[in-house]
Amino acid sequence: MAARDLHGPGAPWGEKPPGDRGNRDFHVVGQPLRKVDGIAKATGAAVYADDIVLPGMLHAKTLRSPHAHARIVSIDASRALRMPGVHAVITGRDMPTKYGVIPWTPDENALALDKVRFVGDEVAAVAAVDEDTANAALELIDVVYEPLRAFLDPFEALAAGEPRIHEDSKGPGNVSKHVDLSFGDVDRAIGGADVVVEDEYFFHGTTHTPIEPHCAVAQVSGDGLLTVWSATQITHYVQRALALVLGIDIAKIRVVQPALGGAFGGKSDPFSLEFCVAKLAQITGRPVKMLWTREEVFYAHRGRHPMHMRYRTGARKDGRIEGVDAKILIDGGAYSSFGLVTAYYAGQLLTGPYDFPSYRFDSTRVFTNKPPCGPKRGHGSVQPRFAFEVQLDQVAEKLGMDPIEIRRKNFQGENTTTVNGQRITSNGFLACLDEVERASGWKERRGKLPRGRGLGVAGSMYISGTNYPVYPNPMPQAGVQLAVERSGRVTVFTGGNDIGQGSNSVVAYLVAEELGVDVSNVRVVAADTDLCPVDLGAYSSRVTFMVGNATIDACRKLRAQIVAAVAEAWKVDPARVRLAPGRAIDVADAARSIPITEAFQIAETRFDTLGSTGSYNTPTLGGDYRGGTIGASPAYSFTAHVVEASVDVETGRITCERVWIAHDCGRALNPMLVAGQMEGSAYMGLAEALLEDHDVNRFGLHRGPSLLDYKIPTSVDTPELHALIVESLDPEGPYGAKEAGEGPLHPSIPALANAVHDAVGIRLKHLPFTPGKVLKALRAKAVAPEAAASGGAARGGRR
Amino acid sequence: MRTLSFRINGDQVSVAAPDHWTLLEVLRYKLLLTGSKQGCDKGDCGACTVLVDGKPWLSCITVAGMVEGREITTIEGLMPLHIRSGGSGPDPVQSAFDRCGALQCGFCQPGMMLSARALLNRNPCPTRPEIREALAGNLCRCTGYTQIFEAVELAVAEAIGVEPAPRAWEAQKMKPEEAQRRAREAAARLRAEREGSTS
Repeated sequence: MAARDLHGPGAPWGEKPPGDRGNRDFHVVGQPLRKVDGIAKATGAAVYADDIVLPGMLHAKTLRSPHAHARIVSIDASRALRMPGVHAVITGRDMPTKYGVIPWTPDENALALDKVRFVGDEVAAVAAVDEDTANAALELIDVVYEPLRAFLDPFEALAAGEPRIHEDSKGPGNVSKHVDLSFGDVDRAIGGADVVVEDEYFFHGTTHTPIEPHCAVAQVSGDGLLTVWSATQITHYVQRALALVLGIDIAKIRVVQPALGGAFGGKSDPFSLEFCVAKLAQITGRPVKMLWTREEVFYAHRGRHPMHMRYRTGARKDGRIEGVDAKILIDGGAYSSFGLVTAYYAGQLLTGPYDFPSYRFDSTRVFTNKPPCGPKRGHGSVQPRFAFEVQLDQVAEKLGMDPIEIRRKNFQGENTTTVNGQRITSNGFLACLDEVERASGWKERRGKLPRGRGLGVAGSMYISGTNYPVYPNPMPQAGVQLAVERSGRVTVFTGGNDIGQGSNSVVAYLVAEELGVDVSNVRVVAADTDLCPVDLGAYSSRVTFMVGNATIDACRKLRAQIVAAVAEAWKVDPARVRLAPGRAIDVADAARSIPITEAFQIAETRFDTLGSTGSYNTPTLGGDYRGGTIGASPAYSFTAHVVEASVDVETGRITCERVWIAHDCGRALNPMLVAGQMEGSAYMGLAEALLEDHDVNRFGLHRGPSLLDYKIPTSVDTPELHALIVESLDPEGPYGAKEAGEGPLHPSIPALANAVHDAVGIRLKHLPFTPGKVLKALRAKAVAPEAAASGGAARGGRR
Repeated sequence: MRTLSFRINGDQVSVAAPDHWTLLEVLRYKLLLTGSKQGCDKGDCGACTVLVDGKPWLSCITVAGMVEGREITTIEGLMPLHIRSGGSGPDPVQSAFDRCGALQCGFCQPGMMLSARALLNRNPCPTRPEIREALAGNLCRCTGYTQIFEAVELAVAEAIGVEPAPRAWEAQKMKPEEAQRRAREAAARLRAEREGSTS
């Protein structure tokens, strides 16, 4: 059932008078409840992929390329195979079929076939009795490489045609994807503007760094059924990719996601290790596990794309934006991954929360011989958001406007359409601005803080899933199945991937709310392709929104049966029967009620075994042009941050002191979980701005592939985070909910940059904000205050 | 291969393991106590933290032979030890983490909770800066730490019977004076408790 059918005026949360934000009608929704898997995780009982041990299990390791770009002349594994304890060695020849998470760009092999494209590219895999033996065997595999010129700079990769990183890539140079879209007459709009700011910005590479490394376990039964347990956030796509690459019937493949130790987009591609353990299990007839080291996780990457961005914004004297023009070069790394989408998202997701009368973006993703980039929290839109929100501050500065005021001035409103054809439903951005303005004491404190301390603001929007499944199909994006047991327990089967964000808990809350059962009597079975209906996976902030809607759909069908059976037993109109917490009640006769379990039993007697299915698909959305559906979401979330930062002008060190995060999540199904997503997002964004840098040296070697050298913040590095929830009750979301897991990352970085400007008058446009860059900008400002204010360093990001 | 004897979660055990194995390997592969996690294998992330004689140790860089004769507590031991000492259900730290949203992916949290338990054992009423300091060896990538701090503070508040200060998103729904009053009261009670325990 589609959202438009589900959430008519008959929806319970649609009946309340406008402006009523209370939760008084709900007994579960809106409560800061425990997570369904909380105690299992608190006591060490939760089973993660690496906790799985099967009898006779072998351990596998991967041989990786030491070259950034090379042809493979030969591979000789005979010495390794002769080593005692080694059971199998596989190479690219064993799995030659190419795949890619986006079916239009299949450019990856489970193991390199004839070429390696980055240091760390997978070349061979060994299965042995233990990890030590497997590691020793890797040393005995003889590979002859013919090194090729490696491209580590996207400008060079674009300019030079040969040697191509992917021989079959379309277009000139090493272009992975080029998108050029224009809406309205940008040149004319900017030409006629009262004020124009044009500048260059650079966003560096960063990576997800989940604390759990990737791990997969495979087992093949005697009758050929393959089971893969994997630390993935996309069980369904992994199942499809395994069928394609292994050439076996997809019905004979079961993929299970155990408890997952963090992902953030870093586990949303099919990875080499999943194919390797499956193939090695097939060859050896024994279960096989592969656990990547932390160093391997850094090379697997799929993290934030470095972007070189030029923005030009024209505005009227009153602050209204007339036009925005963007040109973006995206450093894609060695493979496509989600790159086709990245090139679109880099432009498509900027057109809110501000009204753009005209807009153009030209984004080019190029291949380079570096670890492949992919979707990291806020996929494709965190970088442009940084550039634009800093530029908007520059416009406000030129006009002498308050940075919050210029954002209010350009607010696009609710129930509108963006310049690129995206439908906006609810929009709580103004309330977000109000909240951060109030909580930070913006009006009272800005401009009056001690020297070296400042306040900065930024806004953003993000999708709650999109209507673009990575493989086009008309079937539901999310499915849910319910089974009711006579004891009063309800089991929910969902393909949704709970990656720690709490989607399984959200499903349980919704079932409890809808059916009147206690949350503790709802079991959630998730992310097991044998047991659960398909959900497409945990990406694009779609799970709570889509699986939530599917859950409500399933519950409504079941509830209708239960209500009908009880009404029949009571000989009353079904409208009089309501499922309240723990009981079925007669709303017209307070004396009449029965325990909910009895209601279930009456319904089972009347209708036979109780169960139902529910599903969700998006309405038709998006602009009527090529790529118009990419980034088209049934509902958008909105965020505003105020950051308070201080700058030590002697050392150049920036300290982020406090952050106020206001996020319009539609409705907080559980405010505590929403706050956790908001705080975690802001923390991750600030870490990118100040500490993290995922980069390689001139040989293509990662500069610090460890958790010591790649600095993620500790508990003492993290600023005070204040999560302020804004609820706009979206007509499309489950109980009005929208996403909360990715949107709140976006503004933290530009808000910090804008706070630094407020503190010491320098514009930081080149991430990360290291002390060296701060000192350089301070010196430039001392020499030529005007030049420092307008910025404009030569081509950003060149080293 | 050598045989090691030590106490684990209250029980005396003897385990045979290769000489070069770490304590984490012995716990995960020999004793099947998989609650202690491997996140980096280099002592950088803290997911492998266990208590050795009550102090947080990084089990992934501890050669197993070093714990001969010592007392080890892993995350699996917290609840049984709490019950054995007269409590019921999970350790108050575990319960507070569960109720504060501190467990997102949960992978770093066994180590985190053991560091928190060790902190509360030596300092039952820590300040926020003391909590930050005590947990600085345990990386968490999900939470931004805030709900972890709140969980530790909830465990403290419940132990001494104080209503904790409202969280930002709770204060939002209160009158500002009410939120400020509750925060002030909680701070005053905790300060009094700290001064009382040091005098």
